[in-house]
Amino acid sequence: MAGADGDDSLYPIAVLIDELRNEDVQLRLNSIKKLSTIALALGVERTRTELLPFLTDTIYDEDEVLLALAEQLGNFTMLVGGPEYVHCLLPPLESLATVEETVVRDKAVESLRKISQEHSPVDLEVHFEPLVKRLASGDWFTSRTSACGLFSVCYPRVSSTVKAEIRQHFRTLCADDTPMVRRAAASKLGEFSKVLELDYLKSDIISLFTALASDEQDSVRLLAVEACVSIATLLPQEDLETLVMPTLRQAAEDKSWRVRYMVADKFSELQKAVGPEITKNDLVPAFQNLLKDCEAEVRAAAANKVKEFCENLPEDSREQIIMTHILPCVKELVSDTNQHVKSALASVIMGLSTILGKDNTIEHLLPLFLAQLKDECPEVRLNIISNLDCVNEVIGIRQLSQSLLPAIVELAEDAKWRVRLAIIEYMPLLAGQLGVEFFDEKLNTLCMAWLIDHVYAIREAATCNLMKLVEKFGAEWAQNTIVPKVLGMANDPNYLHRMTTLFCINALSEACGQDITTKQMLPVVLKMSTDQVANVRFNVAKSLQKIGPVLDSNALQTEVKPVLEKLATDTDMDVKYFAQEAISVLALA
Amino acid sequence: MSSAATTSPSVDKVDGFSRKSVRKAKQKRSQSSSQFRSQGKPIELTPLPLLKDVPAPEQPELFLKKLQQCCTVFDFMDTLSDLKMKEYKRSTLNELVDYVTVSRGYLTEQAYPDVVKMVSHNIFRTLPPSDSNEFDPEEDEPTLEASWPHLQLVYEFFIRFLESQEFQPSIAKKYIDQKFVLQLLELFDSEDPRERDYLKTVLHRIYGKFLGLRAFIRKQINNIFLRFVYETEHFNGVAELLEILGSIINGFALPLKAEHKQFLVKVLIPLHTVRSLSLFHAQLAYCIVQFLEKDPTLTEPVIRGLLKFWPKTCSQKEVMFLGELEEILDVIEPTQFVKIQEPLFKQISRCVSSPHFQVAERALYYWNNEYIMSLIEENSSVILPIMFASLYRISKEHWNPAIVALVYNVLKAFMEMNSTLFDELTATYKSDRQREKKKEKEREELWKKLEDLELKRGLRSDGIIPT
Repeated sequence: MAGADGDDSLYPIAVLIDELRNEDVQLRLNSIKKLSTIALALGVERTRTELLPFLTDTIYDEDEVLLALAEQLGNFTMLVGGPEYVHCLLPPLESLATVEETVVRDKAVESLRKISQEHSPVDLEVHFEPLVKRLASGDWFTSRTSACGLFSVCYPRVSSTVKAEIRQHFRTLCADDTPMVRRAAASKLGEFSKVLELDYLKSDIISLFTALASDEQDSVRLLAVEACVSIATLLPQEDLETLVMPTLRQAAEDKSWRVRYMVADKFSELQKAVGPEITKNDLVPAFQNLLKDCEAEVRAAAANKVKEFCENLPEDSREQIIMTHILPCVKELVSDTNQHVKSALASVIMGLSTILGKDNTIEHLLPLFLAQLKDECPEVRLNIISNLDCVNEVIGIRQLSQSLLPAIVELAEDAKWRVRLAIIEYMPLLAGQLGVEFFDEKLNTLCMAWLIDHVYAIREAATCNLMKLVEKFGAEWAQNTIVPKVLGMANDPNYLHRMTTLFCINALSEACGQDITTKQMLPVVLKMSTDQVANVRFNVAKSLQKIGPVLDSNALQTEVKPVLEKLATDTDMDVKYFAQEAISVLALA
Repeated sequence: MSSAATTSPSVDKVDGFSRKSVRKAKQKRSQSSSQFRSQGKPIELTPLPLLKDVPAPEQPELFLKKLQQCCTVFDFMDTLSDLKMKEYKRSTLNELVDYVTVSRGYLTEQAYPDVVKMVSHNIFRTLPPSDSNEFDPEEDEPTLEASWPHLQLVYEFFIRFLESQEFQPSIAKKYIDQKFVLQLLELFDSEDPRERDYLKTVLHRIYGKFLGLRAFIRKQINNIFLRFVYETEHFNGVAELLEILGSIINGFALPLKAEHKQFLVKVLIPLHTVRSLSLFHAQLAYCIVQFLEKDPTLTEPVIRGLLKFWPKTCSQKEVMFLGELEEILDVIEPTQFVKIQEPLFKQISRCVSSPHFQVAERALYYWNNEYIMSLIEENSSVILPIMFASLYRISKEHWNPAIVALVYNVLKAFMEMNSTLFDELTATYKSDRQREKKKEKEREELWKKLEDLELKRGLRSDGIIPT
């Protein structure tokens, strides 16, 4: 037993504690991160009697060290001797839960929540709950904030007297003097509601909810909106109107845009929580107002929810509600003054077509899509294009192709390379939907032009795009339309363009197959091995390594091998290196 | 006062922010307002006669009527609506400003609630969202308040009202209450520097005149700062609030109350951790030094606090910390200096050996400060051993020749101060380094043993530790 419990002579506590006290923060941090190793060396008993008291006493340290300590202690149950001793971990965690730094405190609370589950019901009442009470009535706001996160983990497992005390503490903190504590309480209101009995939910929580939702600080009020979702989910339908709706209506018209934003942001959740009837009577007008809000932030948040909101409307009246109430607002948003609003709308608006069906889409939505495709802001156009697949299923993409093309061309030449990059990524999708003829006629030149873009990321994406196109349209198409152009660039005076040829070959060889690779690509690659620029030459070596597996063994031995051997004696060390690598990977030595 | 005269200086002030604005000028809308807009309907105000045109006895009543009219708030985001009425309100406000400045006997008791009501209606509003998600006050141009043509006059009026000789705080306190102050403090988050400037004056006057609100104001500023440090890292008016606090601290009675000390240690010191420190560091350092001049025994907790929050990766902040520390050392008492010299000079020694030359340079400048030099000299037997190793190493290794030159001067100064100790340290430098290396090796071995043990235990019991 003594052996298993660590060895005094080998690991005197003083040496270990010295490590935890090292002057260098980094070393101290390392030691704390290996606290479990130290505990293991000491054995469970000395961990309990010596290590933990030391840790509790020396809690003043840099926040980074404290954070690591708070995290470690959450996994310490076995190291102190299992669940029956887990309460030994409470004193250091209690101190950590009172420090100023939020990250440390949050981590301490997280660990406390974790080990609360390992307490027996008796220990929970004897050790854990008193700690929660101490924190809840602490002098400085930090301990009271931490307490807010602990109520819901102990409530379900304690006796009814203690439950009553916990409810009382929670009530007190909801009305705390400092807004920081009220915010903490408000953010845990939903969680706490879930563990409460329905009667107490109605008698206690609703009044707290109402009070927090009309707090003088908007930062508190907006957290109450979050809680609203959980509370509404828990209450029976018939109570919602009297207990929740007055507060929710008030929040949707709050004078602070932050609160209204929160309502807009949580709209789908709220919609599900209150059910179809209230949605029809209350949420539809509220949603209209949010879409027309005077603050762009709120409109954008609401615009983001348009599709989800419409989808979740009760089926019997869905179409009528959308057509008469939602669509008019959506139409206005298309020409909003704020680009974030338009762009939020553009990212979801296409989704409406599946809900409204073919005829309505053509009559009402199509003009909106077309308007957005011509929007001055590239992000709006991009969002429309990236969601084309939704419309394709309903009305087919041809309806749009007239407007689509100019939009794509313009984005393809946008001054911002990130915009160009984004449109390239949609090319394979567009190609699939528009078909090979349309593609060859209108888009192929664009795809080739990207290969000589002056930004590397674009050239790289263009290469990858070609590969995907070949996968879609087949080797024969590649041979006729792409390969000649790509190989033509091998004679370009700009070495960057010559390298692009090699990169394209790397990407295309597999999709094009052995025949094209051997007969058309390989000769070009081999010829480039005498290029003046070393970067081109070592990329030849890399390309040969890449396309080697596609070639037959005859070509490898008679054509590739001599060239690589020659490159392996190149004057440039990088060329040598990659040539040798290729030789060994292709097993040509 | 004419409106042209009042607007031109503030325009200049805005230009102080235009450093980056040139670059962004084209794409940026620079105005915003979050007044809840009254939709559609045009606003009609019935023009009233000028105050100076009616007999004196009728003036107070007309004054109230005008206050009433000025409660109407206009939408300035719509530049075309209600132009006539906007102009009318502007001239009325101008008239009111003049009236409270010169007239005597206008401040009847009934006027107080109406004045506060008019001011509240105009200035209290939810501030609009920031233009960019991550508003960086150093980089981005501030969004200016669109309704400033009216707002400025309302602030101007309110300040004259508070400063008027007839103003009686005992009557006003019924209306300028905690709720009023709380809303006022929230406005300090305004992005518009012109507005924050007015707010600063307003809050200062209120703090000066309403003794009953002082504790409340301090507590709320506390809350704003704590939220700023630990929750949002975003609040535009920190510098302005600190400026007010600077003069508040100045007026604290001795001995300092526990509340004030707590504010120093738990709020002002943590403010140093915020990313945007550079925007309010001067004001913050001023507050700190004020505290230390009041009560020198606070030096130790303050310096320990700064050392705890010493920047690890941001060199600019490190330079600011060193600057602040020098300000503190300038006023430090020798008895306090002795208490913190060890941890302090361990940090300074790290700064001196920073590869960032501005940090090293800033720290080495301490040796140009006569008072600090005298303190170092008195305690050279403690400080020299702490500093010696880094100085010796830098004199051989630092990449920047200017730093090496500065270090030579410092070494020379030490040599003159205490040549015996200096020679001793030079002689033992090598053996000391070897001892350090040996200790390092021992540490490594200890950890290796511990890890072996962990591995063994892990294998023997499948990860479950035997009890």
